[in-house]
Parts: sequence; structure tokens; C-alpha cells
Amino acid sequence: MTSRKKIEELFFKCLMVLSLLAVMGSLVLIIGTVIYKGAGSMSLDMITSTPEGGYYLGKKGGILNAIAGSLILTGIATVAAIALALPLALYINLYRARRSRFAEMVRLSMDFLWGIPSIVYGAFGFSVMIFLGIRASLLGGIIAVTLLIIPIMARAIDEAVSLVPRELLDSSYSLGATRFEAAFKIVVRQCLPGIVSAVLIAFGRGIGDAASVLFTAGFSDRIPLSLSEPAATLPLAIFFQLGTPFPEVRDRAYASALILTVIILALSITARVLASRFNRHIIK
Amino acid sequence: MAGKRSIRDARAGRLMFFMTSACALIVVFMAAGLLIKSFPVLRANSPAQILFSDSWSPLKGEFGMLAFIAGTVWVTGLSALIAMPVSLFSAIYLSEYAPSWLRKISRPFMDVLAGIPSVVFGVWGILIIVPLVRDCIAPFFGVYSSGYSILAASIVLAVMVFPIIIQITIEVFHSIPGELRDASLSLGATKWQTIKLVLLRKALPGIIAANVLGFSRAFGETMAVLMVAGNIPAIPHSPLDAGYPLPALIANNYGEMLSIPLYDSALMLAALVLFLIVIMFNLLSRYILSRINLRAA
Repeated sequence: MTSRKKIEELFFKCLMVLSLLAVMGSLVLIIGTVIYKGAGSMSLDMITSTPEGGYYLGKKGGILNAIAGSLILTGIATVAAIALALPLALYINLYRARRSRFAEMVRLSMDFLWGIPSIVYGAFGFSVMIFLGIRASLLGGIIAVTLLIIPIMARAIDEAVSLVPRELLDSSYSLGATRFEAAFKIVVRQCLPGIVSAVLIAFGRGIGDAASVLFTAGFSDRIPLSLSEPAATLPLAIFFQLGTPFPEVRDRAYASALILTVIILALSITARVLASRFNRHIIK
Repeated sequence: MAGKRSIRDARAGRLMFFMTSACALIVVFMAAGLLIKSFPVLRANSPAQILFSDSWSPLKGEFGMLAFIAGTVWVTGLSALIAMPVSLFSAIYLSEYAPSWLRKISRPFMDVLAGIPSVVFGVWGILIIVPLVRDCIAPFFGVYSSGYSILAASIVLAVMVFPIIIQITIEVFHSIPGELRDASLSLGATKWQTIKLVLLRKALPGIIAANVLGFSRAFGETMAVLMVAGNIPAIPHSPLDAGYPLPALIANNYGEMLSIPLYDSALMLAALVLFLIVIMFNLLSRYILSRINLRAA
């Protein structure tokens, strides 16, 4: 009986270790594949020039169009999302009771938005653009990505703000601060690490998402110079250029995948380092 | 002086209320927009025709989505079958058995895995999983497959949802009071018996919620699936057949949809279906998780 119990435990323990190895192994395999394929096609030319003779057919040039397009598009979208998500989180935590019905409704709505697939944002954004008469452009992409990352940012900032100790708010109010002053002078400072990591997470999600920009931002060989021009993005550079019969063009896709992955990894590491560094200045 | 400041406070409050409400109403606007856009196709074809017919030819005005719905169900279901046991076992190991150094490094590992963009998963799928299915798995069963198949898409999706399910499951296990473990162990149960008979039973609702959340992500996932699923609009009969899930349908056809009448409306209907099902999944898992929190509190 005892030995059967032991064998059973050992059996399941083996299954667990194998499962965990499969999970970790697939991550290593993904990163390894991307680095192996990407490093082979990486060169200075690749990241400093735009594709020549069309991104799908031309065999020369690099992916500067997609790097610049992605950074510009996601950068502006992130700023727009901060402008909406930060007031949202501060409002439902400071102007309203944290657990008030209004605050809970807003949270529920953000949870819904968070779960909606990005292709639905793309499709919705596209029909809004047709309605407004905007063509596939940097502006269209910015609208779609902003909508996509608002819930991510709002939820993360809300979580950070809701951890602010009640006493801190009470003492700022008792010193005569208005809610507005408490929000932007005390709470924002106290939550800075949380806000920064929320922004980085949202930026990472925005820059990696292809389905939302597929309809809305279009694609182009050039770096976008105005909001009405179509913009290339890294995820779509991977998607489109991987589908061609030319190895030279596929190399551009692998290089884009490597750069995108490096950006995502860098964001995740930065978020961690910043969070631990800022933590020292927080009133606990 | 104080007057000015409190006026500013009130003004900022009104502005922030307006912005907050606008953000909260996005979901309503989306539902309304998708509904209005999908109305024309619903008027031309009956809902039963759209849901249960597999004749998809936009040029003839036939929009039967059964093949795409079947593709979605196959891909999501099979990925659930792969992801469920693997993530449950991993989560149990990480929360109950693993040494603390492993626990510490697994957290950033999962974060990174969760943050990898879906196109990169797609690249990995094309380079590794598709050849694996074509050269190893399909010949093993004596079948020919191009590799671009339901199975390949399911494997890629399963890997994508691992971190989501594992992280929530670990949290569920952590929310179980230590006294329960101690009581069971002190009665002479082994660690595995404690897990099997006490912890799993207590954690079941949370585990279900974690999986539902994971699958709602898999359900709407577009790019990775689009890249490896094969995209043939026919009802698949085996995991080694190509499939054509709904999100891939939307993503693949945006170029031509404006030139064919009702086509854009049909695609918006597909988006509406995704939207509604994901919201239902969300509500369900939120309900389960909030009930656990209440119990834990």
C-alpha cells in the first residue's frame, strides 16, 4: 500500500516535471528559433535602410520603414492611451469611492475590453474609418492601437492606484489638498513604478499586435511623414514578407521578428528594473 | 485662493468623469457598431442559414459560416485538450513542489512567454511545428498532411495560453489556506494525496476560471492561427486537415470585402460573434473568480 502510494506520487511528479519542461522548453525554442533565424539575416543595412523595389518583391534594402513605423505608431498611441487611462484610474479611485457602483461598472467594462480579440478592434476600427472617410493610414493605426491598449493600461494603473494606503490620502486631505491635487501630486508620484510598468506593458502589447493594424495602418515602403500616410509595422513586416517565395525577402521577415522580440524582451526587463529602483521612494 | 483651487478640482472632476465614461462606453459603441454593420447580411440570410450552412461563396451572396465555426471549435478545443493538463501539472509543481529558486525564475519566464507577439508565435509555428506535423506526426499515422493544419494551430495556441492558465492557477493554489495542507499532512496523507484529495477539490472553480480565460484568448487569436492553420474553407474531419477559423476569415479578406455586396457585413457579423462569445467567457470566469475571492476574504 505504501509503495503504491509512493509510486503514484512519483508518477505524477514525473508528469509535472515533464509538463514544466515542455512549457519552459517551448519558450527557449521560440526565442532560440527567432535568434538563430534573425541573426543570420541581420546586418547594418537591414536596420538602416528601407526596402528597395517593393517590400514584397524587392530583394534589397532593410526594414527601417517597419521599425520607424512601429515606434512612431505605438509611441503616439501609448501617449494617447496614457492621457485617457490615467485620469480614468485616478477618477474611479479618488473622486468616487473605490468600490462604488460607478467604479465597478468602469472596471467591468475595462475587463470586457481587455478580453476582446485584437482582430475585432481592427475590424471595428476599420468600419469607423470608413464612416469618417479616413483611409488606411498612420492615424487609423493609432486609433485602433489606442483603443486596444486603453484597457490594458487602465487595469494596470487602477491596480497600482488602489494599493495606495488610505492613510496617505487622509493625511493629504487633512493638510488641505483637493482631490485633484492629491491625485496628481501625491498619488501619481506614489504609484510611479506601477504607472511606468503599466505604460511599458501596454507599449509592448501595442507594438507586437498585428491584427489591429492589419486593416487600419496599411503598409508602405517608406517611413511615414504625416498622419495620413500609410505606415509599415514590424508585426506586419513579418507577416507579409514571410509569405514570399524569395529568400532575401524572407530574411527581412526574420530580421523583423528578431528586432520585435528584442524590443519586447527589453521592455519586460526595463519594467522589472524600473519597478525595483523606484520602489525605494515609496511611502509604505 | 481656496475658491480657485476647489473650482479647479470640480472642473477636473467633471472632465475626468467625461473621459472615464467615454472609455467605459467603448465596449457599448463596439457592440452597437458591429451589430449595425452586420444587420444587412442578417436580413438577406436567416441566422440559421448563416450558422448551419457550409456554402460560403460571397459572389453568389451565400454566407454559410459552418466551416469557419467548425474550424474555430476544432482549433480551440484541441488546444484546450493540450493546454489543460500541461498547465495544470506545471502549476501544481510550481506551487507545491518546486524549490524556491525555480519558483523565482519561472515567474519572469512566464511573463516573457506571455509577452511574445502572436506573429512571432506564427513564425515559430511555420519553422518548427508545421514541419514537425508534416514530417513526423502525419507519417506516423500514415496520413499525408501539408503540415498547415488544425493540429499545428492547436499546438501553437496551447503554448500561447500556457502562461495565462499557469499564472492564474498558481494564484488559486496560493489562495488556499496553509492550514488545509497542514491538517491533511498531519493525518498521514502524502503530499500527492493532499493535492489530489484536498487542494484540487478546493481549487477546482479557480482552475476552471483560469482555463476559461485562457481559451477565450485562444478563441480570438488571429495571426498565429492564420499563419499555420492552412485556411481552407471546408469542414475539417481530422486534426491533420487544414482549418479556417473565424478570426483568420476576417483577417484574410479585408482587401476584397468592399467590392462585394454584403461581404463586409458578413465579416462584421463574424467579428460580432467573436465579440459576444469572448464577453460571455469573460463574464463566466470573472463570476467564478470573484466568488473565490469572496470565500477567501
